[in-house]
Amino acid sequence: MLKLITPVMQVVEWPMRALQRVLGPRRLAWAFLAPNLVLFSLFAFLPVILNFVYSATGSDHILLRDRPYVGAQNFAELLNCQSYTDPNSCRIDVFWRAVWNTVTFVALQVTFMVVFSLLTALILNRKIRARGFFRAVFFFPVLLSPVVVALVWKWMLQDQGLLNATLQNLGFGTVNWLLSPGWAFGWSVFISVWAHMGFYTLILLAGLQAIPRDVYEAAAMDAAGPWRVFRRITLPLLMPTMVVVLVLALIKGVQTFDEVYAFTGGGPGSATTLVIQYIYQTGFAGTPRLFGLASAASILVALVLVGLTAVQLWLTRRNANG
Amino acid sequence: MTKFKRVLGTAAALALLAGAAQAVELRFECAQDGNECDTMNAIFQKFTAQHPDITVKMDLVPYKAILENLPVDLAGGAGPDLAKVTDLGGLHKYYLDLTPYVNKDEWEKSFGKTLDWYRAGPDDHGIYGIQTQLTITGGFINKTLFDQAKVAIPGPGATWDDWAKASVAVAKATGTKYPMAMDRTGHRFAGMAMPYGATYFDDKGNPELGDPGFVAAAKQFVAWNQDGTMDKNVWAAQGGATYADASKEFINGDLVFYYSGSWQVQKFASQIGDGFDWEVIPAPCGPAGAGHCSGMPGGSGVVGFKSTKHPKEVAQLLDFLAQQDNYATLEAKSLNIPAHAGVAAAGVKYEGASPAAAKALNAFAAQVPTLSPVAYAYQGYKNNRAMFNITVTRLTQAIVGELSLDAALARMKDDLAQALAAAK
Repeated sequence: MLKLITPVMQVVEWPMRALQRVLGPRRLAWAFLAPNLVLFSLFAFLPVILNFVYSATGSDHILLRDRPYVGAQNFAELLNCQSYTDPNSCRIDVFWRAVWNTVTFVALQVTFMVVFSLLTALILNRKIRARGFFRAVFFFPVLLSPVVVALVWKWMLQDQGLLNATLQNLGFGTVNWLLSPGWAFGWSVFISVWAHMGFYTLILLAGLQAIPRDVYEAAAMDAAGPWRVFRRITLPLLMPTMVVVLVLALIKGVQTFDEVYAFTGGGPGSATTLVIQYIYQTGFAGTPRLFGLASAASILVALVLVGLTAVQLWLTRRNANG
Repeated sequence: MTKFKRVLGTAAALALLAGAAQAVELRFECAQDGNECDTMNAIFQKFTAQHPDITVKMDLVPYKAILENLPVDLAGGAGPDLAKVTDLGGLHKYYLDLTPYVNKDEWEKSFGKTLDWYRAGPDDHGIYGIQTQLTITGGFINKTLFDQAKVAIPGPGATWDDWAKASVAVAKATGTKYPMAMDRTGHRFAGMAMPYGATYFDDKGNPELGDPGFVAAAKQFVAWNQDGTMDKNVWAAQGGATYADASKEFINGDLVFYYSGSWQVQKFASQIGDGFDWEVIPAPCGPAGAGHCSGMPGGSGVVGFKSTKHPKEVAQLLDFLAQQDNYATLEAKSLNIPAHAGVAAAGVKYEGASPAAAKALNAFAAQVPTLSPVAYAYQGYKNNRAMFNITVTRLTQAIVGELSLDAALARMKDDLAQALAAAK
């Protein structure tokens, strides 16, 4: 192998040395970073800047030269509310319905996600029969496309779907799950937890396996009960992993779009419309396409996500520092 | 000899390159509706046979892509050369004016009123597109259920209210799940609103969603959704302005009366088969009286885009499609109602249409002359899609109880003002 690499390196060496002579060692580092920086600027920084520019312009034209400058008008419209807790009092009521739906969704989804992931991880960490099989089963939904997940559940839950047919065969009454705002929302949360739980379970499982066995052995010698062991050993030592799971789930929860959109379309009415769906519909699926309003809404969401990420970093560093 | 071979080879390569440079490939984006794209493709093959230097590459895309992605592509200058579109007026700013390349008088004579749907307004006299699919919204009934229930089918001149009463009676007598259903779009709702007197434009010609006729229809529609006369799943189970229909329920025999449109005929003919008898009813009337019994015209058309690098070839292709024999072939095979006056006058011999389908298509074709002027004006209005979407979003909120009907109507007014301001 070395015989192959050495001639290649000799070919590369000469231009590298020449470049270093011209640029100097410090600037050479920038030359190496340049391709990545160019790509990053093009596909990350530039869209962010464009998003800000769009948020300060109006009309349904996509080219910036055709879009009049409107200042903070888009933000003013979004934030124009008599009471932020009552979407009906807001100028753009659907945005605030989506915001409150997202807050409720995230609160429920993250709580259930963390609790069920933890319970599953605790069970899968025990020496149970067919442990490998069960680990695969819980992880399997993570591999599915969100749209597939949504369509499968929609097929089961629609008015004449599998669940209602089963209930009917068992002699129970049927429920129009997707027509009731409460049920549609509840099922959206459930499906989201079901689809993503495997990922967080895996992280928690890794965290559980990183806890030294001797601590448990010491607790067993002291005749500590299972609940006490969980409360005094497992939970505190798992806390850094739990924080990561919590913040990741929070960020992912705020970003939820595809599976709920494919499952309910945001309905009934706007009962399951989440904020990312609002942005998508306003900017791309509506007529006319209100790119400015959608950009402004996405900046507001980004601010929330930046806040959550800052919390994650702070908590992670605090945990790392003990 | 070697030198000769080299010269010959170079000459051959140059000839090939020159040929390649002259060949034009036109990209056509089409959403398949029945077999319309396939039929068009066959006609395009015929065109290529006559013009070997022009080929057409057809991209079959979902209808959603035409509605949502195509406008963004066009705005970004990355659209195809041609496409089959349904937002006829809304995409006007991207259309290629075919006037310099085609016989304008011939097109005016053939396509008359439908040419206006592609134009910017009354002062625009350009030729932009060919209406390949003229559709009309209308009602279908499951005749077998009426027969089984022994309920008389309401006759010509029957109102929406008459149909609702009859459908409820049939559903009750036969244990059918849903009496009525309507596609979830503002376009279909207009077919109900006009008989109630909806004008959609004020005296000065400004668009509005709140005239007395519109309000009366909205009130009735919300009430019918709430009391179970209408299948609530279609409108209420969705969010935003997402399209939904009840064709599956009708095909399965779970629906007595279905308000949709002529484009469903082919699907019903093939999927219902001899499962039950179905038929198209005359346009339902309403409180506004006999002159307002009208469905909404619509459909799709093929347009060229001004971003194309081959405007002449695009125009040649569309002109070929517009020729009476080609157009007649398209309509006969795709089972569409013709918008071409010559083809309509000659009559279309629908190929492979079952007796039920042919009867249904003729029933729809018979409604074309009675379409209300409001219907033509609304269909031709460039911002009508914004009005359709607002209607759907807000009426649904009223149906599910998120907003009162009054609040929903007030929101419609605000939304329309915002949309018109953005679309300037």
